[in-house]
Amino acid sequence: MARINLQQLKHSYGSTSGGEPDYALKEINAVWEDGGSYALLGPSGCGKTTLLNIVSGLLVPSEGKVIFDDVDVTNMPTSERNIAQVFQFPVVYDTMTVFDNLAFPLRNRGFAESEVIPRVNEIAKMLELEDSLKKRAARLTADGKQKISLGRGLVRKDVSAIMFDEPLTVIDPHLKWKLRSKLKELHQRLGITMIYVTHDQTEALTFAEQVVVMHDGLVVQTGTPVELFEYPKHTFVGNFIGSPGMNILPAENINGEIGFEGCLIKTSSKADLQTLQGKLEIGIRPEFISFVDECSDSNNSSAIPVEIIRVNDLGKFKIVEVKHEQHLIKLISPEQYSIPSLSPRIIFDPDKTRLYADSWVVD
Amino acid sequence: MINKTTNQKAWFFVIPVIILVAFNALIPLMTVVNYSVQDTFGNNLFFWEGVKWFEDVLNSPRFHDSFLRQMAFTGTILLIEIPLGIAVALAMPRKGPWVSVCLILMALPLLIPWNVVGAMWNIFALPDIGLLGYSLNALGIDYNFTQGPIAAWITTVLMDVWHWTSLVVLLAYAGLVSIPDAYYQAAKIDGASNWAVFWRIQLPKMKRVLTIAILLRFMDSFNIYTEPFVLTGGGPGNTTTFLSIDLVKIALGQFDLGHAGAMSLIYFFIVLLVSWVFYTLMMRNET
Amino acid sequence: MSIELKGVVKIKDAETHIYETDLKLSKGGFNVLLGTTLSGKTTLMRLMAGLEKPSQGEIWFNGENVTGMAVQKRSVAMVYQAFVNYPSHTVYDNIASPLKVAGVAKAEIKSRVESIAELLKLGPMLNRMPSELSGGQQQRTALARALVKNAELVLLDEPLANLDYKLREELRDELPKLFAGSGATVVYATSEPMEALLLGGHTATLHEGRVMQYGVTADIYREPNNLISAAVFSHPPINTTKVVKKGDELFIQDIACCQIDDRFKGLADGSYILGVRPHHLTPFSTDENSVKVQGVVKVTEISGSDSVIHIFFGDSSWVSESHGIHPYKVGDSIDLYMNIKQCLLFDEQGDLISA
Repeated sequence: MARINLQQLKHSYGSTSGGEPDYALKEINAVWEDGGSYALLGPSGCGKTTLLNIVSGLLVPSEGKVIFDDVDVTNMPTSERNIAQVFQFPVVYDTMTVFDNLAFPLRNRGFAESEVIPRVNEIAKMLELEDSLKKRAARLTADGKQKISLGRGLVRKDVSAIMFDEPLTVIDPHLKWKLRSKLKELHQRLGITMIYVTHDQTEALTFAEQVVVMHDGLVVQTGTPVELFEYPKHTFVGNFIGSPGMNILPAENINGEIGFEGCLIKTSSKADLQTLQGKLEIGIRPEFISFVDECSDSNNSSAIPVEIIRVNDLGKFKIVEVKHEQHLIKLISPEQYSIPSLSPRIIFDPDKTRLYADSWVVD
Repeated sequence: MINKTTNQKAWFFVIPVIILVAFNALIPLMTVVNYSVQDTFGNNLFFWEGVKWFEDVLNSPRFHDSFLRQMAFTGTILLIEIPLGIAVALAMPRKGPWVSVCLILMALPLLIPWNVVGAMWNIFALPDIGLLGYSLNALGIDYNFTQGPIAAWITTVLMDVWHWTSLVVLLAYAGLVSIPDAYYQAAKIDGASNWAVFWRIQLPKMKRVLTIAILLRFMDSFNIYTEPFVLTGGGPGNTTTFLSIDLVKIALGQFDLGHAGAMSLIYFFIVLLVSWVFYTLMMRNET
Repeated sequence: MSIELKGVVKIKDAETHIYETDLKLSKGGFNVLLGTTLSGKTTLMRLMAGLEKPSQGEIWFNGENVTGMAVQKRSVAMVYQAFVNYPSHTVYDNIASPLKVAGVAKAEIKSRVESIAELLKLGPMLNRMPSELSGGQQQRTALARALVKNAELVLLDEPLANLDYKLREELRDELPKLFAGSGATVVYATSEPMEALLLGGHTATLHEGRVMQYGVTADIYREPNNLISAAVFSHPPINTTKVVKKGDELFIQDIACCQIDDRFKGLADGSYILGVRPHHLTPFSTDENSVKVQGVVKVTEISGSDSVIHIFFGDSSWVSESHGIHPYKVGDSIDLYMNIKQCLLFDEQGDLISA
């Protein structure tokens, strides 16, 4: 188990045409606690795999330090760092049986067979692979092979952290959630530090206790799934997390009050709006927008009149796309709710409406 | 795979190839078969002999000798070139500026016409004026490939290794390069030794490519003619007279066409059989 | 174009890939083929395109039998899961290729390619090579090539599966709009029920080579004709349990759970199968008719504002999906509630009795 500390980490793979180093990682400072489950979430090219490889030792960073439990491991090779990694494509030793695959890391380190056998059996049971132990590893399905990859990491009792690089990429969609639940279950049982890289928000939010959202080589926000959902610090986070993502709408400062196309909007921000600078936007999630009940709220000044463009019935809820003055807004309507057809109006929940200046949240 | 709906026009494209192959290969082959089952004293008079020539060949001690010589040669070649080729491929860089340089260096021996190779080595190994021959003799080793059978063998083997190992290298290299990085990374994490990485990852992943390399080297070396002929002429005596050299001596030297015809066919079937058995064995586990 | 499959069967190497299928696709609409990986979606699409010949049966386009017709003669465009572009041609040439093959005039090619590129936001990339583009841009190039052809039938085989989550959402929103204008019949294969619901139109659920059901997407979702169709169209998987009717009472796992509702009146006593969608199973009771389900928590997955709880219920595994954060721990005992009225009722063979 290890506490991982990243100090001023920067990495560049090469130079741009201007001669300046092209940084894949711009500057990362983070502390990941022992036994926690973390997800590095971000779109392709944001630097998450680079960061993962630096932590596991497969890549040496151009600048900065990686510290495991007060030991500077920046230049230490992978085999000495006691980490395990599961890759995007299942990596198994084709010529060996499942049992031998799982035993491989232990045998390489010189453990006696009397220790290897019970440990392999224990891990195989945890991963539900006991029936396949005698089969040749090459014959298993993709999810079986990924389990073997995972197992090779778990057999080592001294493993300090396990890294996952988009491990569910090749898994059949119908089986993804099973493997995801298995990973979470294992984490709860074994308490090993697990770091999971993905571009899929459901995977990240489901698996991790803390999600690290990355964009363009920087960590934009770190927080629990709830924090990221309710309080995105950057419009990128608001948009990236949630399906559909947060509605980001342009706002104006009308004498110290926030307005959207002329309608006054109350936000959760407590800042002094007179002194506010920069491009203003409001962010509101589709879950927190509702139609105004004609009977009771007819005088609600912040109700916005809209035109309904599309209704998508998804069974458990409906996604309604509406338009107000050329701006498209999406809101989520519960299953049984019938959408008003005569001059519909919507309101934003003021506690959940966030104010952004130059894309960063204004508290 | 596309299940073609019937398209008869496709046959027109095949006809030129059929004609060419027929002219260059099929008709000459049929001629050989013809000779192998008949006897002639010239003047286009043919007498049916049936399997007599085949029996002759199979019972001939001369055939046994050259066959064994050929087996020894091919065996030695494979034992040296395959491991050496793999080793060189492993040593070659997989990324970076030196890759192209190495690939070109490896390709060079393969570009040289075969009789030129033979001539090169002939001169190179001459004990009085050749660089190799002279140096060896200067070191005190009694080396003369035109007279000593061991020297002749070693020189022939060396020549073939120099000429053809590159093919194995290039094929093995292609196989190695296609292994994704993740395998090496996982091996590092598992604490695998370099030997384990070779034995458990690289070699299994190169299986297909190596099968092709071994097959090609087997067939080519079993059929070898030009290089040893130019180098030693089959000598001294008949110590480097391999199967094909012997065949030509019989066919064109002695004009024993019946015997030669039968020998050709037996030669052909041996190569075919060994190749087929080998390929089937190697590919039996592949889906 | 209206497409009809009549008695189509496909057998390959003694294995039946498609069992006898009769399917009539709506003209000019969005048709989704929904099923797991080996259910036969790709085979069915290849049969429609003409890349494979059916072992039996016929394929009709616009009332004309095209079963033996070669692909090139059919007005078909196809987009694959792997972004397939000509690697040695620029984006412009890639998009223009079907038009060049058809012998369209250069000026017309230029205007059509540019307008399609504008539509798919590829305008600035026209001179780049596919290898210089991101995954999303490469797939857009493939889509543009399919669109520019103005084919009457457009086949999309899980085209978004290799893309980033967010990119997938964006393109999924755009796709129906892109094809709406062209009047083409679109067939879209996917294994995610969510995609089918988001794309709308009509859906055919496939399972192991058979088309289980075909109809308006929302209708199929609400009223699956059997258990398998319901399972295909559910993610997380639908919960099922045997329920026994004895007179006016229903028993689940031998415990009396509640009174029967109207749907059960008129049914004989005996065993039935109840299907409960995960979002109808919640950790809190919604009304006094709720049936309590007791189970043991296997694992809880939290995503933003929803909780997905996996439990052991007797000897089956059930899943509950509910709004709000409910962080139950592994091994906790839990009470979940469901309303019988919202459940799907199947007979013992798995056929729907009522939804």
